[in-house]
Amino acid sequence: MALLDVSGVTLRYKTSSAVVTATEKVSFTVDKSDRFVLLGPSGCGKSTLLKAVGGYMIPSEGRMAIQGRDIVGPGADRMMIFQEFDQLLPWKTVLANVMFPLLTARKLPRKEAEVRARAYIEKVGLTRVVDAYPHTLSGGMKQRVAIARGMAMEPDILLMDEPFAALDALTRRTCQDELLQLWSETKFTVLFVTHSIAEAIRIGNRILLLSPHPGRVKAEVVDVDKVSNEDGSAGRLEKEIHDLLFAGEAVAH
Amino acid sequence: MAEARILLRGAPVAASGAGEVERKLSVPELLWNDGFVRKTVIILFLAAVWEAYGLYLDNPLLFPTLHDTIVTLFDRTRDGTIPLRAWASLKVLFMGYSAGIVLAAIFTVLAISTRIGTDFLETVTAMFNPLPAIALLPLALIWFGLGSGSLVFVLIHSVLWPVALNTHSGFKSVSNTLRMVGRNYGLRGLPYVARILIPAAFGSILTGLKIGWAFAWRTLIAAELVFGVSSGQGGLGWFIFENRNLLDIPAVFAGLLTVIIIGLFVENLIFRAIERNTVQKWGTQS
Repeated sequence: MALLDVSGVTLRYKTSSAVVTATEKVSFTVDKSDRFVLLGPSGCGKSTLLKAVGGYMIPSEGRMAIQGRDIVGPGADRMMIFQEFDQLLPWKTVLANVMFPLLTARKLPRKEAEVRARAYIEKVGLTRVVDAYPHTLSGGMKQRVAIARGMAMEPDILLMDEPFAALDALTRRTCQDELLQLWSETKFTVLFVTHSIAEAIRIGNRILLLSPHPGRVKAEVVDVDKVSNEDGSAGRLEKEIHDLLFAGEAVAH
Repeated sequence: MAEARILLRGAPVAASGAGEVERKLSVPELLWNDGFVRKTVIILFLAAVWEAYGLYLDNPLLFPTLHDTIVTLFDRTRDGTIPLRAWASLKVLFMGYSAGIVLAAIFTVLAISTRIGTDFLETVTAMFNPLPAIALLPLALIWFGLGSGSLVFVLIHSVLWPVALNTHSGFKSVSNTLRMVGRNYGLRGLPYVARILIPAAFGSILTGLKIGWAFAWRTLIAAELVFGVSSGQGGLGWFIFENRNLLDIPAVFAGLLTVIIIGLFVENLIFRAIERNTVQKWGTQS
């Protein structure tokens, strides 16, 4: 059985003047230890889809289940990692931030939570700033803390909403490598949203391509981790995906 | 085809000795950077002007010198009058202030949990916020009589609206990301308010508390001036009024100075300390 099962999901949200369909009849499944990437241009509903998996939106059609349980609301079995740097609680130190969900959602005893939090902070290489407040950290460090906080919960799945999009190019590259490094250590499952084809190829082992207005599944790319930069296959895949995503547009223009 | 070359530049600089990276500031510079020092200088200057003008005027019935005022303040403090009066005022203030905060908390929690609660809070704060608390005093005297009940009533009125208003606008401006983070951890209801909304909006809440404190303190002194004695023991306002009737002007000045000192103490020591240990430490307010 798949870890996350999304079948025929249509998401609509209301603006002040209209009902917008963000995604239409989207189906996909994520297996354990997948690095599943939702990729598409802006307006394809990929972030909305991720928020729905997070439980912040109820689909108007279709169903979503994690480990066989229907998704009815937000829960700590699906930890969200956002793009915004202000996702850390500014009134807590790095350690307290990582401990917070362990204490409130997992109800771990304080000692155990601290040991686990420290272990994950070390994994992301931030032991140095364990007692610092978030406002003293750089953007990349903040995102690493958020990742440590998500991973420390050892959730069924990590939901990442363009977590590196607001970082500078060098830091983004480092963070991507670190994420892969962490993955090879713990083999967590991650659902990753991005609009960068290159990032999707670097991060994912499976990529779901979405077309915009409304978001529909265009294709699924599997075995992405077989390509490599050395023989140029990554570049070729990037071009193929690009052509596929923007094929319609070339005709339209 | 020529290759690009990398020229390392690190070594020669290290060999020639590091340039000045950090220079310690001199002691006067350090002192002048401290807001407390600068403000103390201003207070000393004002004190000097006061003393000079008092000496020049030489009329203790109109404007006693700082020296006379301090002596009176000291005498009245030693014989226990001023501390007793100040304590009487602060006791009433504390009752009114805490009751106002509790009510404001209930109002704002209702306001964030239901839409009609929001509308209610916005309407009543818009109505009552512009109404000076002291204007309610005549009515309060009829309702609650000549006791601390009336004072507490007007104090609640002066604290409730600014605190509720600021807390509510603070809650509304908590970023959507933080809200989603809180809900991600399964927080809802009061734990969500206590662990996410209140700390995230703490800057605004503190502003509301400061405004509420300033309103309450002024209202209290003014109310005491108007009808003074409550339950046999008047506060600082009554002390000022009483001594004016006795034409003991240095004592009036001593009373006013006490009001100022207590105000400064709360503002600059208590609230500053809270600010330093919360919003400044968290970097949510500079």
